[in-house]
Amino acid sequence: MNGQVVIVGAGPAGVRAAEALVKAGVLPVVIDEGRRSGGQIYRRQPDHFKRSYDTLYGSEAHRAAAVHRAFDALLPHIDYRPETLVWNVAEGHVWATRAGETEAIPYDRLIVCSGATDRLAPVPGWQLAGCYSLGGSQVALKAQACSIGGAVVFMGTGPLLYLVASQYVKAGANVVAVLDTSPFAGRVKALPKLAEQPDLLWQGMKLTLALKRAGVTVLSGMTPAEITGDPETGVSGVTIRTASGTLRHFECDAVAMGWHLRPETQIADLARASFAFDKATRQWLPEIDGDGRAHVPGLYLAGDGAKVLGARSAEVTGELAALAALADMGVAVDKDRCRHLRAERVRYVRFAQGLAEAFPWPHQFVADTADSTVVCRCEGVTAATLRASVSEAYATETNRAKAFSRVGMGRCQGRYCGNASAEIVAALRGEPVECAGRLRGQAPVKPIPVGTARTDV
Amino acid sequence: MTGRFRRLDETDRAPVRLTVDGSDITALTGDTLMVAMLANGHALRSAEFGPERRAGFCLMGACQDCWVRDADGNAFRACSTEVAEGLAISTQPLTADWAVAP
Ligand SMILES: Cc1cc2nc3c(=O)[nH]c(=O)nc-3n(C[C@H](O)[C@H](O)[C@H](O)COP(=O)(O)OP(=O)(O)OC[C@H]3O[C@@H](n4cnc5c(N)ncnc54)[C@H](O)[C@@H]3O)c2cc1C
Ligand code: FES
Repeated sequence: MNGQVVIVGAGPAGVRAAEALVKAGVLPVVIDEGRRSGGQIYRRQPDHFKRSYDTLYGSEAHRAAAVHRAFDALLPHIDYRPETLVWNVAEGHVWATRAGETEAIPYDRLIVCSGATDRLAPVPGWQLAGCYSLGGSQVALKAQACSIGGAVVFMGTGPLLYLVASQYVKAGANVVAVLDTSPFAGRVKALPKLAEQPDLLWQGMKLTLALKRAGVTVLSGMTPAEITGDPETGVSGVTIRTASGTLRHFECDAVAMGWHLRPETQIADLARASFAFDKATRQWLPEIDGDGRAHVPGLYLAGDGAKVLGARSAEVTGELAALAALADMGVAVDKDRCRHLRAERVRYVRFAQGLAEAFPWPHQFVADTADSTVVCRCEGVTAATLRASVSEAYATETNRAKAFSRVGMGRCQGRYCGNASAEIVAALRGEPVECAGRLRGQAPVKPIPVGTARTDV
Repeated sequence: MTGRFRRLDETDRAPVRLTVDGSDITALTGDTLMVAMLANGHALRSAEFGPERRAGFCLMGACQDCWVRDADGNAFRACSTEVAEGLAISTQPLTADWAVAP
């Protein structure tokens, strides 16, 4: 019956997957790039830091503590590889590298729990020093007890925008404004779906109120115009157009920006998962069944790396994927537990639909990106160069456009320009965004040292 | 000197000394190299493809905007490397060889 199970990612999804396997007597290899387990939301602070769970995780403190405890209890039973990057998957092996040494680890079943990163829209000036991804601004606070600047503007959309801004206020940082591209009316319309998680909905409303009470300007339905600043000294302010059409400028030395999240799908892609276009989020997602099975036998996907459903759902889908793997290995699993988890997942999917409606990706704003705006931060490639790959070199989709313009080829490998590139290419060709395709995952998924030696041969 | 980042808490950690472009800076044990540099300065490096200075972007090892080098040419991803006593970092322009030997 047995076989090697490898889990990529030790966030809430990976932790609960590992736990379900260990309970059934199957001892997995768990690989995570991070120094410490916990993933993004339940990221642990380094040694020497003393803030309490309440300070770090707020209303989710008990969940964070439970996930950390669960993982710590698994340590004697699993083969845990921290600070190890999985950079390729091929022929039944994951290629993992740690401290300059690479190993090909064989697997019979692979559970990918790779999480998400921020989804970004290009704004003129976002290449300036002092612009950070929204998630990055939260990492500065959670992992290092720092603010990204002395006066911070939060710009983008999604629940995380309000959450991180209020975490900054609470920690004593100077938050200038929270600027949301989503119109307020959309949030009201999405209320029935958001009511699927009443405490999260209530929390969101409380956060906005607290921000306003703290004197932070909060605007909905705005359009970013420019991040102002100087190449040498970085960001000096943000100019936006309000919902009523007037220009407003906010002075600041840092901007945290993000438009919700995008799943990290490169590992699933290299493991040959199939993808389907998701209309609600305008993203390509790996195809899985209700338990997390991909179309490739032995491959399972869970957590935000499969579909962004949030941390609570990640615990559910992580366990479900592990139970699916166990069932496929011929191990008897608790059918009632599976039914319960599936029902939970359905509720999270509905809530996520509500969020996508309440905080939509501003695709028209992205499609209209000015020619002079940098689309690729890595290599300073402008929208004009990207458009020329379509109009002059006849690229019909993003991978061709990438080959001609280098948008998507830089050091972030398309993580921060891929969504925008597809919108710009599709709009210019007058086609729906799905016709622009998706940037294919390529090994190595992140740069690795060339001198890397193999240790498994 | 005030840097780009502001420390809000956890400031009672032991000091760590390093140099950036030859100047001494003091960081705290457990700082990432990025926080050490940006609590004391404004940038990590210069962009290879534009005029601007860069100070990282994602802080989670995804964007690769924060690679810096020490005097011996060793490269570090500043957001995911813990600071160490005696490091000597250069923020001066790199050649565009990140893909070959970061
Ligand atoms: C920066 C950030 C901040 C967030 N903050 C919040 C928040 O405050 N509140 C909230 O409700 N939600 C937040 N979210 C969403 C939340 O992270 C997720 O809902 C939840 O963490 C998903 O859990 P997961 O297990 O799917 O993935 P994650 O928790 O992201 O864990 C994925 C893990 O996989 C590892 N990994 C990925 N790829 C590889 C690889 N190739 N090799 C090795 N390891 C790999 C990562 O190091 C990571 O530890 C945040 C997301 C991000 C990106
Ligand atoms: S800041 Fe993005 S990888 Fe370090």
